[in-house]
Amino acid sequence: MGDERTRPKLVVRDAGKRYGDTVALRGCSFDIPAATVVSIVGPSGCGKTTLLWSMSGLHHLTDGEVLLDGTRITAPRPEIGLVFQDANLLPWRNLIDNILFPFEIKRRKPDREWIDHLLDRVQLKGFEKSFPNELSGGMQQRVSIVRALSLRPSVLLMDEPFGALDAFTREEMNRLVEEIWMETRTTIVFITHSIEEALFLSDRVVVLTPRPGRVRNEYAIPFARPRTIEIMAGKEAYDLTYRIKADIYARDENVPQAAE
Amino acid sequence: MDERAAGTGSAVGKGAKSLTSFAAGARTRLEILAILATAVVVVGGIELWLRYFEVPLYIMPPPSAIVLALMTDLPLILPHLGHTLVVLLSGFAIGAGIGMLLAAIITQFPFAEKIIAPYVLILVTTPMLALVPLLILRFGFGYEPRIIAVALAAGPMVMINSATGFRRVDAQKIALARSYGASTLQIFWKVRAPMALPMILVGLMIGAIFGLLTAVGAEMVGGGFGLGNRLTTYSSMIQMPQFFGVVLILSTLGILIYVIFFLIGRKWASWET
Repeated sequence: MGDERTRPKLVVRDAGKRYGDTVALRGCSFDIPAATVVSIVGPSGCGKTTLLWSMSGLHHLTDGEVLLDGTRITAPRPEIGLVFQDANLLPWRNLIDNILFPFEIKRRKPDREWIDHLLDRVQLKGFEKSFPNELSGGMQQRVSIVRALSLRPSVLLMDEPFGALDAFTREEMNRLVEEIWMETRTTIVFITHSIEEALFLSDRVVVLTPRPGRVRNEYAIPFARPRTIEIMAGKEAYDLTYRIKADIYARDENVPQAAE
Repeated sequence: MDERAAGTGSAVGKGAKSLTSFAAGARTRLEILAILATAVVVVGGIELWLRYFEVPLYIMPPPSAIVLALMTDLPLILPHLGHTLVVLLSGFAIGAGIGMLLAAIITQFPFAEKIIAPYVLILVTTPMLALVPLLILRFGFGYEPRIIAVALAAGPMVMINSATGFRRVDAQKIALARSYGASTLQIFWKVRAPMALPMILVGLMIGAIFGLLTAVGAEMVGGGFGLGNRLTTYSSMIQMPQFFGVVLILSTLGILIYVIFFLIGRKWASWET
């Protein structure tokens, strides 16, 4: 499989998932190189979330496998951090206790310095004692990102994390993810409905077909970081948006094409 | 922050919402003054009215006579309060303990829950007082039949509310815990139990109040001690000031139960609005 440096961080191989008679996912294969951001987009119900949960080890595939650093994922792994659709904070715990939750479960001493740094990064210093119902949606999702990063995972799986936020907050959060990635170079797998978001964040965009989901196309996003408004409003970004949209709305769902 | 504490004080439960806002209402000196003034007017009004119309003592004693009787007879009444508290606390502890345990176990098995649901409903809706004569036949006139009756009255109330709490599973939060490798026990203590806590507190409060009712009722049925027994004794001797004195103590106990759970709820379950 090549040496450490060229081996992909995550390999999705022939992934399939059936729920009873429903086939959510079939023959899904792609690689996620280390220290890149890969977005998965596709129409509703194409199995994006199923795929992500399988990568997290929380769900099991009925066919195929997901490999992390060459070993098969069968259960949740400490190297993998997960960010949920809504912030998924525990409402009876204040901000800092929510962040310390993973350490409590793992009975590990929290890395206070790192947590402080992350809180500073997401501008939540001073809110440690606040409860989730006192924080805005964007703040809550920032807490959940800090919680996911607190154990220093090498992979961050994000399941439509900003879908519930308003457009401006969402853009802010995208910039934040970019900043965090540039600092930590964590491999990020990002599920989204928003092509704009996928283009802004990703090194690669994987487009899935409608159910049963399989890879229709993959696009390399060549823009330099940090990505500016000019880049994102340019012709190249516009063309990519158009092609991804055409892929998503295309009818011939059983003909996956070669990767870009 | 004080604002928020008072505003979300309803954490004890939805049914208690109006009552909690009532309890947490007074804040400024003027408000307290108004509340006290109203109390003085009401109690004083009753006193004057009863005296003006010369209502006989054995029908309705004036407040002053009740307080006086309570003060002079307190040494005689206090031991009975002790007996009632023993019955209430031990019966409640047994009933609530079993109720919470059963709720935690049974909600893990939805099928078993369906099977036992009708029996729990019968236990909840049947006044346990009805069993007291039977229990006395079996266990005599001591503490036992009363404690059993209180446990039977409080337990199902605690169980039914706790079960509602434990049934509120949030798959996302459990998935979160599992993604960090949490064990079943960790998921229970760190996710399920805190999530159920507000409902458990509601169950405990209702259970405690039902327990108090049943304790006093059971004491009225048989046996020579307890506040309920004092009620029957004083009324049979037409000592109405003493009788109402005991009623006053019982009201205080009920309010105390409410306040205790209100405070616990504000401290531990204020996250739920």
